[in-house]
Amino acid sequence: MANSDVKEITENYLNMDLLRFTTAGSVDDGKSTLIGRLMFDSKSIFEDQMEAIEQSSKRRGDENVNLALLTDGLKAEREQGITIDVAYRYFATPKRKFIIADTPGHIQYTRNMVTGASTANLAIILVDARKGVIEQTCRHAFIASLLQIKHIIVCVNKMDLVEYKEEVFEKIKHDFTEFSSKLDINDVRYIPISALHGDNVVDKSKNMDWYQGATLLYTLENIQINSDYNFIDTRFPVQYVIRPMSDKWHDFRGYAGRVEGGVIKKGDEVIVLPSGFTTKVKAIDSFDGELDEAHPPMAVTLTLEDEIDISRGDLIAKPNNQPKVGQDIELMICWLNQKKLAVGGKYAIKHTTNDMRCIIKEVKYKMNINTLHRYQDDKEIGLNDIGRILIRTTKPLMHDPYNRNRGTGSIIMIDEFTNETVGAGMILPGS
Amino acid sequence: MSSYTLTHLEQLEAEAIFIFREVAAQFEKPVLLFSGGKDSICLVRLAQKAFWPAKIPFPLMHIDTGHNFPEAIEYRDSMAKEVGAELIVRYVQDSIDKGKAQEEKGPNPSRNAIQSITLLDSIEELKFDAAFGGARRDEEKARAKERFFSHRDDFGQWDPKNQRPELWNLFNGRKHVGEHFRVFPISNWTEMDVWQYIAQEKIDLPSIYFSHKREVVERDNMLLAKSDFITLMKGETYEEKIIRYRTLGDMTCTGAVESKAADVQDIIQEVASARITERGGRADDKRSEAAMEERKIQGYF
Ligand SMILES: Nc1nc2c(ncn2[C@@H]2O[C@H](COP(=O)(O)OP(=O)(O)O)[C@@H](O)[C@H]2O)c(=O)[nH]1
Repeated sequence: MANSDVKEITENYLNMDLLRFTTAGSVDDGKSTLIGRLMFDSKSIFEDQMEAIEQSSKRRGDENVNLALLTDGLKAEREQGITIDVAYRYFATPKRKFIIADTPGHIQYTRNMVTGASTANLAIILVDARKGVIEQTCRHAFIASLLQIKHIIVCVNKMDLVEYKEEVFEKIKHDFTEFSSKLDINDVRYIPISALHGDNVVDKSKNMDWYQGATLLYTLENIQINSDYNFIDTRFPVQYVIRPMSDKWHDFRGYAGRVEGGVIKKGDEVIVLPSGFTTKVKAIDSFDGELDEAHPPMAVTLTLEDEIDISRGDLIAKPNNQPKVGQDIELMICWLNQKKLAVGGKYAIKHTTNDMRCIIKEVKYKMNINTLHRYQDDKEIGLNDIGRILIRTTKPLMHDPYNRNRGTGSIIMIDEFTNETVGAGMILPGS
Repeated sequence: MSSYTLTHLEQLEAEAIFIFREVAAQFEKPVLLFSGGKDSICLVRLAQKAFWPAKIPFPLMHIDTGHNFPEAIEYRDSMAKEVGAELIVRYVQDSIDKGKAQEEKGPNPSRNAIQSITLLDSIEELKFDAAFGGARRDEEKARAKERFFSHRDDFGQWDPKNQRPELWNLFNGRKHVGEHFRVFPISNWTEMDVWQYIAQEKIDLPSIYFSHKREVVERDNMLLAKSDFITLMKGETYEEKIIRYRTLGDMTCTGAVESKAADVQDIIQEVASARITERGGRADDKRSEAAMEERKIQGYF
């Protein structure tokens, strides 16, 4: 191999960015095949792995090499009915590193997709060309919009089984567009593919001249994701206070945390909540030297001009742009545990770097996530259910609506006895 | 807006730093498990960054099998001194002497398995409630579902069926008395990321990661270094070869690879060329042995 290729790869490597995506599809839509295909065609799979799956494909009597076998770990589990869980997979092209949250369809689907979606920039929703838009497709689209995944790619798979017909693709596109117009989704793209044969996955299909758009991999590599964060509302939850107590850094008091929103610059006037004291940013410090500015998702350390009593859980914002502060919070909740949500029950919650408790005041409704119907009569929220609830927290929560800021708009609920994470909540604008 | 971007390494670094701070805030007595390998060396750098200008607010702990490469021990001691961290060493030999663990038999007995006994005992003895490790999800299939915060029951066991879902950046470290957590800040890194980070940060590594001459014996398709812990079997001889190590473990079971890679850039090229070869789907007879092994270890799934 040419040395220049290697050089290019190793140099590019330092300029790559990162895209996290999740894959959704019902059983047998071809999700495993697609992931296998992406990795195989982007040459992220090595020869010995390939030999291994070629052999097992032959043993199983498969006609084509079964790329789904690459992600077979999960399948075996599914068949044996063992835990179904999110698995993370990695591949890279010279442009981007990709983290796939691979969420198996099926029983625990909602819980898994919500978990995988919570950190994703993008969701791939698979539709079987023969079946068209079905209930599950709607469910996946709803969860993606609920979790505010900014980009959605609808892959119409198994085009080979419908003779690569444009009408089939257009019909699905039309149906999905109609359904998703009821949801909060902005960027939807449609790609006709055959995961099995590779059409439009990495290489352009020769069987679908009518499709002028980009292939899946090209789209994944080039989609703009850097405006997905909120760069407007400055939010800095204090995570940890750094006090070196050494001679050299005697008076140093640094506030470490992850920037959840906005851009913080040296000299900025800031307000510390809940105390309400204002001061200025003295410096943004790091091991590698002082920084001019900090933005999401950087993890930095701030020093401030004035000595104010600040601890973990406090939030730094701008005086003219503050989060809401309150104890009565309305949420969409996804329930993750066998034990049902108890109205009147108390739970521990985590919100940014804050710990507190809450009481469940009311269930407003439960969603039918296939039809978007709201049940006003059945309000029991169990495993994999999604509903709208009202809680009261033990101390004021400094929050934004989830659709404005994922970081300050999300909470998890914890069972105080088992310590399990039982609920995932997204704060609604009215709170 | 579009200028506010981070490279993937910057994002991975920020994620790891966040995890370190979260553990320091949520737990009473964390410890960083330092194996001496490149992954745990990266962890130390990330911990330094997380708490700078303060020192790392928890000790490093090494479980010494007694079969380590002397170069690795030297590196460990000088590194701990340099970063100013407390270093705790616990010995597998002590567990053996106390009858808690039993030595394997054979011509190259491995202490890998019994290492975990010493580890769990030390965690209990020193009352650590969170232990950082350098494991990555891309290392093997089974790890693809591991959490950043991995809950262990009061026997130190991992129950894959009972892991807590992890959403957003909200990490649930609540536990009952006697339970502890393993925490993996570089879960989302691949081997290539680790090497690139080492290059970018100009992190020193133990010398045996780089090409050098050494007397080795070939056994079970592995090149094992000459040492007191290895007994030559019939027909075996030591041979001098130009080799390097890809991982650092016991001298008894860590195989060397023949390689001329003399610095981090060379190693990155070796790793990258293994991939490119495959990328082009070309049969490449010049593929180095290191590259071959890379593929196996990388084992994407
Ligand atoms: N003809 C055809 N079959 C496909 C395609 N994609 C997947 N399949 C087949 O559909 C079946 C289910 O695929 P799999 O990837 O296991 O589905 P999963 O359950 O969504 O992971 C397998 O037999 C695949 O070979 C495709 O594009 N065309």
